[in-house]
Amino acid sequence: MSPMAVDGSLERLRREGRIVVVGASLAGLRAAETLREEGFTGTLTMIGDEPYEPYDRPPLSKQVLLGRVPADHTALPRSRAIEAQWRLGAAATGLDPSAKRVALADGTSVEYDRLLIATGVRSRPWPNELEAGLDGVFVLRTRDDATRLRHRLKAGPSRVLVIGAGFTGSEIASVCRERDLPVTVAERGPAPLSGALGSVIGDVAAELQHQHGVDLRCGVMVTGLEGDGVGRLRRAHFSDGGTVDAEVAVVALGATRNTEWLAGSGLAAGPRGIACDAGCRAFDVRGIVADDVFVAGDVARSPHPLFGYRFLSLEHWGNAVAQAEVAAHNMICRAEERRPHLWTPYFWSAQFGVNIKSVGVPNMADQIIVSQGSLGEHRFTAAYGYQGRVIAAVTFDQAKWLEFYQRQIEQAAPFPPPFATVDRRTEGMRPVPAGFPDPSVPTHGPQVTVSGYSPTDQRVTFTPAGHGRQA
Amino acid sequence: MRVVVDLNRCQGYAQCAFLAPDVFAMHGEEALLYDGQPDDTRRLDVLRAEAACPVKAITVEGAGAAWTAEGAGVSDGG
Repeated sequence: MSPMAVDGSLERLRREGRIVVVGASLAGLRAAETLREEGFTGTLTMIGDEPYEPYDRPPLSKQVLLGRVPADHTALPRSRAIEAQWRLGAAATGLDPSAKRVALADGTSVEYDRLLIATGVRSRPWPNELEAGLDGVFVLRTRDDATRLRHRLKAGPSRVLVIGAGFTGSEIASVCRERDLPVTVAERGPAPLSGALGSVIGDVAAELQHQHGVDLRCGVMVTGLEGDGVGRLRRAHFSDGGTVDAEVAVVALGATRNTEWLAGSGLAAGPRGIACDAGCRAFDVRGIVADDVFVAGDVARSPHPLFGYRFLSLEHWGNAVAQAEVAAHNMICRAEERRPHLWTPYFWSAQFGVNIKSVGVPNMADQIIVSQGSLGEHRFTAAYGYQGRVIAAVTFDQAKWLEFYQRQIEQAAPFPPPFATVDRRTEGMRPVPAGFPDPSVPTHGPQVTVSGYSPTDQRVTFTPAGHGRQA
Repeated sequence: MRVVVDLNRCQGYAQCAFLAPDVFAMHGEEALLYDGQPDDTRRLDVLRAEAACPVKAITVEGAGAAWTAEGAGVSDGG
C-alpha cells in the first residue's frame, strides 16, 4: 500500500471510523475525551459492565466510607462532550480480533475499526465461596460495594476484621477507627504496606495503626470465616491458632485483572493484565503487536524504558489518565506520530491522618534512605535505590518534595543521594535494606511455552493461570 | 455540578479548603477530602478554588471552554 493510501484510510478512520472502548471507568472516559479532542468524528461506543457512567474510585475507601459524601457523588466530570453510544450494564464477553467484533453479555455484538481495552481490575474475592457468602463479608471496589459497606459500618458492628493491610485495607481500617469502631487487621506480611513500600516504611505504617488503636496482627493468615446458625459472620480463625469475633470482614487482598473475557482472543491477556508495547498496542500470545487493539489503565502491562523495560501493571489513578491519553492519540495518528507512555508511576493514600505519596517503583529497590524528616515523627521523605540509582521516593506528609525526586528518578540520579537536604534528622544519611519480599517466590502468572526445534516447527502455547489465589 | 481533584498533583496548599470549606476539607496535615458533586449553589466558590489552586489539580465540569452542554447523567446515547 502506498503512503498516500495509508493516509487516506487514516483520514477515513478519523472521520467516519468506528472506535469501541471496553471499560467505562476513568481510563475509558479519558480516552474518549482525548479521541474527540484530537478530532475523531466517527462512531464511539463505550461498553461498561456496571450500570453507572464513569465514576471516581479513590473517594470510596475514604470520604464515602467515612459518611462524608454519598457513593453516587463520585461521577467523574467531563472535560468535554464525547457524544458516545453508551452500552452500560452490559459486560463484554468475547473478542474476535479477525472479525473485529466484541460480544456482549446481552447477546449483541459491536464491530470496530479500532478497539481500546480498559476493563480494569476487580477485587480478589475471599477464596472460599461459602464463607465469602456469609452476611457481613465484603469487598470494596465498586460504588455498590462502598454503599453496602458504608451502610453496615453506620450500623455500628461490634468489630470489623480487615483481611490484608495493603493500601485499601489500611484505609478501611483507618476509617473504622475514625468511626470509633473496633477493628482487627490481619496481614500475612511482616508489616502493613510492606509489599508496596518495604518493611522499613511498613514498620512506620504499623506504628500508625497501633497509635490509632488498631488490633494489628502481622505474619498471620486468616484460615477460615465462621458463620452463626443463620449465615451471619461470627468469627475468624487465624493461622497462628488465634480467633477474633467480628460482625464485618472486609476482604482487601488486592485485585485481579478483568481479562477472562479475552480467553480465546489470542491476546497476551492473563491475571496479570494484557501485555502491550509502550505505545499501548496489545501483544498477542506470540509477542507480536496488534495494529488495531489498544490497552490502557489498570488492565495494561507495558514496558517502561526508565525501569529497565520492565512490564509494569499499575493500579494508579494517574496512570489510567496518562495511558488512556497516549492510547487514544496513537489509535488515530500516523505511525511516525505515535507517542510512548513514559509516565512516572505516582500514587497517594490517605490513612490515619497521614498523606502517603509515592513516585517511581519502590518495590524494585534494594536500599532505602530517609533523606528528609524522620521516621519517628511519621513525617519524612524516603528515597529508594536500585543498583546505585534513585528508583523511587515515598513521602509521609511531605508531598511537596516528590516532584524533585521524580526528576531524580527520570535523570537516573545516583543513590544514595550525594546532596545535602534540608530537614535532615537523627536517623542520618545511611542506606539500609528496603525489606521487600523475595521476588523469586512463585507467582500466579500465566505460562507461555515454546515447542519444536526448527524455526518452521516452532509453536507458542499460552496457558492461562487461575485467577483465584489463596489468602 | 461535578468536581475531581488530581491528588497526585495536590500538595496540600489548602487554598480550596479556605475558599469552599463545605466542599474541600483537609484531613490531617496535608491529605484532602472533597465532595465530587457539590450543590450548584456552591459553583462560584468551587470555581474560585479551582482558579486558586497553585498546582492546578482541580477539574470542574463545565469550567473549560471545550465543554458543551451534555448535562448530568448519561444523556448522549443508549
